[in-house]
Amino acid sequence: MIDRAQAPATLLIAPTGGGKTMAGFLPSLIELADGHEGLHTIYVSPLKALAADIKRNLRGPADEMGLPIRIEDRTGDTSPSQKKRQRVDPPHILLTTPESLALLTSYEDAPRMFQGVQRVIVDEIHALADSKRGDQLMLALARLQTLCPDLRRVGLSATVEDPDAIARFLARHPDPCDIVLADPGPDPDIAMLQTTEKPPWAGGGAAYAIPAVLEQIRQHKTTLIFHNTRAQAEIFFHNLWLANDEGLPIGIHHGSLDRQQRERVEAAMVRGDLRAIVCTGSLDLGIDWGDVDLVIQIGAPKNVKRLVQRIGRANHRYNAPSKALLVPANRFEVVECVAALEAAREHDLDGEPRGPGPRDVLCQHILIAACAGPFDADALYAEVTSAGPYVDLSRAAFDACLEFCATGGYALRAYDRWQRLQQRPDGLRQLRDPRAAQRIRMNLGTIQDSDTLKVRLKRNRGGKPLGEVEEAFAASLTPGDTFLIGGQIVRYEGLREMVVEVTRRADKKPKVATFSGTKFATSTQLSERILRMFAQPDWPQLPEHTGEWLDLQRRMSRLPGRDRLLIESFPNDGRENLCVYGFAGRNAQQTLGLLLTKRMEETGLAPLGFVATDYATLIWGLDAVTDPSPLFQIEALRDGLDNWLAGNAVMKRTFRASATIAGLIERNTGGQRKSGRQATFSSDILYDTLLKYDPDHLLMQITREEAMRGLVDFGRIEAMIARIGDRIDLIRLDRVSPLAAPLLLEVGKVPVKGAAEERLLAEESARLLQAAGLPVE
Amino acid sequence: MNSLEFVFSGARLHALGSGALWWPDQDLLCVSDLHLGKASRVARRGGPALPPYENRDTLARLSTDLNRTGARTVICLGDNFDDIAAAETLDENDRQHITTLQAGRVWIWIEGNHDPGPVSLGGAHLAEWRHGGLQFRHIASRGSRGEVSGHYHPKVRLLARGRAIARPAFLFDNRRLILPAYGTYTGGLRSSDTVLSDLMGPDARAILTGPQPRITAMPR
Repeated sequence: MIDRAQAPATLLIAPTGGGKTMAGFLPSLIELADGHEGLHTIYVSPLKALAADIKRNLRGPADEMGLPIRIEDRTGDTSPSQKKRQRVDPPHILLTTPESLALLTSYEDAPRMFQGVQRVIVDEIHALADSKRGDQLMLALARLQTLCPDLRRVGLSATVEDPDAIARFLARHPDPCDIVLADPGPDPDIAMLQTTEKPPWAGGGAAYAIPAVLEQIRQHKTTLIFHNTRAQAEIFFHNLWLANDEGLPIGIHHGSLDRQQRERVEAAMVRGDLRAIVCTGSLDLGIDWGDVDLVIQIGAPKNVKRLVQRIGRANHRYNAPSKALLVPANRFEVVECVAALEAAREHDLDGEPRGPGPRDVLCQHILIAACAGPFDADALYAEVTSAGPYVDLSRAAFDACLEFCATGGYALRAYDRWQRLQQRPDGLRQLRDPRAAQRIRMNLGTIQDSDTLKVRLKRNRGGKPLGEVEEAFAASLTPGDTFLIGGQIVRYEGLREMVVEVTRRADKKPKVATFSGTKFATSTQLSERILRMFAQPDWPQLPEHTGEWLDLQRRMSRLPGRDRLLIESFPNDGRENLCVYGFAGRNAQQTLGLLLTKRMEETGLAPLGFVATDYATLIWGLDAVTDPSPLFQIEALRDGLDNWLAGNAVMKRTFRASATIAGLIERNTGGQRKSGRQATFSSDILYDTLLKYDPDHLLMQITREEAMRGLVDFGRIEAMIARIGDRIDLIRLDRVSPLAAPLLLEVGKVPVKGAAEERLLAEESARLLQAAGLPVE
Repeated sequence: MNSLEFVFSGARLHALGSGALWWPDQDLLCVSDLHLGKASRVARRGGPALPPYENRDTLARLSTDLNRTGARTVICLGDNFDDIAAAETLDENDRQHITTLQAGRVWIWIEGNHDPGPVSLGGAHLAEWRHGGLQFRHIASRGSRGEVSGHYHPKVRLLARGRAIARPAFLFDNRRLILPAYGTYTGGLRSSDTVLSDLMGPDARAILTGPQPRITAMPR
């Protein structure tokens, strides 16, 4: 790294724990030894906790070298007075997050604060490159580069399948970017966890594996137990705790827990006080946990690359192999885990190339630029197109975003008087109302949380904060209901000023808190491996119970194949079900669910809802589907996509995210949210209005584009159609098949609002009237 | 017509699926909380430029209800405009649209908390109005009888076989009737909110709007 200190951009790829962060800082420390006025190096990481961690780790070497340098972090948690001081008198090294950096560039005094900055280090760039946070960061770096022409960039990445793509993402266009590949070290030691009890057919709890997991914790110093969702982590932790007779110190860590709770767990971990931590992706990234000697992955890993990166969390000594165990939660996941394990051993990393930089992020960037002061559109365009993700952005596309920020960009030009950005006589653009800057800053960022409510213990003056639950989940609770949070069962007492109040009086089996944490789709490569495995006559690589289970599926129905589409139809629990095994990944299966239910609604089949997993879509309704063949005319599915998508929930969800990022919807308008919610209206109304009166509006274009490559993922449906042609097998069963069983327990069910909803409403409203003793009119 | 007939304070009324109240015996249509000009008010204050189509959408729906019912009297029950300035800076097309709707009708603007005082549009501007034994005002007052009001934007949420369904709703008991918000850019307040459950008597019922209005016991 020292040899390349003068290169405009360098990408260092090393496995987790290869000491790469310190390698990234070394040139900075050397340069600072010669003395430097003001800010020298900005370090950006996706995690606030990482910034604090690095501050600790950097202090030591700096003191050893006798460097009188100031190292400070700046994140959402930094105090306002500290933040203010940092702008006036910046430290030599600033450790921050993409959002805090973007915010800094929005101040009028940004040129002064960033004057003379020499280096920027982007940590965990492989994670940022997959998200809009990374796109926003690269735009902020473009801005920074204009302010500090000498700026050199360093990216630190875990093992990835396409280093060149990350290099293009990082470097200022057209600067070159050197790629340094560190020694990957020995291959990890990965295996399936051996359990005496067999995994169930369905379910995601992995409760059967608790004794075996406890035994592993006993045998190791520190174990990280990864889960794919927060809800699963909560259930597992709860069960683990119930079985933990010896009282081994075990903690839980995920993004919905209160910050203080998380910090306590992190501190205990650093001290080596914990034998295990049940966690989610919140621990996926870089904090150096020291003595972790085992990683356990509960549930299918979905993605080989992520599995390999997680495994790297164990054993930070460079020459020792990391040790990991996979624990499938059900029989299907056994297959998926074995497939992932084989792929990891063969170094067959997966990944889909990402499209060009999204325009909603660009809209926000334009507003941020306007906050910093009047700007020239030509100069801003030149700057934006020097950022890796926006290299191919056309001037017309840029101008459309600029127009959106200025007037809303509507076909009906209604805001000439109330433009947000106006052009001055000298051609520069500026905010019409200076108060707007404050509103824009308050809504900065691209992270989309679903609406959550804080959970507190009920006390006279506000009890201990426990964490957050989703608003929709809170709304489903009635006083007396119990749920799990932070590993404890709490009882819902009521809602006060938008805070969920709970007590520890838990006398019922808990409902599970629903958290929306990101759901990844199983990669194409992994899905293909599973289908190849299904085609085998028998399965020597699988445990006996799973082989038997697949055998049963083969006898009772059949196994899905690579070049045929299997569809099962069966009654269950008073409803009719249809299960479509497309193996196209969660998002594409979700789209398939939307397209199929729409057709069912049109043909009077009264669908009620559906749920999608990575391998299948399960649709249920009030009426039996006796002749499903008209639903599966593939050409019709393809042709109607645009119309069908227009009115559905996924599009509305996508619109909401993009409209929020682009600045059309403000999440924060100052002050606390009040309980009188009638003043705010749903973003669905904005979507419906645009669809009706201005369907080609920029945000509708962005929504379609985002949905097609994100939640809609139509590309994988097309690939599936190409694969199966017209080879569709419909099988009618008298009950659920072994392979369909896990779907019945799947969360994330999507309701279909149609004829069936009206029928349910009629039933329920009449029932309530009767129950209340009121006349049915 | 998708409507539901009910009797309130001796009057035979129809709750329309759109959220309007139709009183056939008096040839009267009542709508509340139109919030016209909401988007322009947000933009004026330095906020985002929301899609500027909500006035034409609200007025188009009102026009449909007037044509279907043939109402001779129209009561707009307050918060007709998002603020007075929004009323005064209304787009010329929207102004024209309102004038067309008003032609040949008795038109009463009741003032609300968002739009206190008269605006320069035709029709009578009143704080409240009594007619046919009913009393029309924007915000419900305690102790009154036969009162029709708006203001709260009530909505109702039902759980039916595990499915949560939320709809704007009419609420009524033996003393008062509260209309849902009619404007396109309006949200709602759940009937279970203490403000509404304190206001409504124990026998309160709700009529959910939608393709087919449905009556139910008011969820608390």
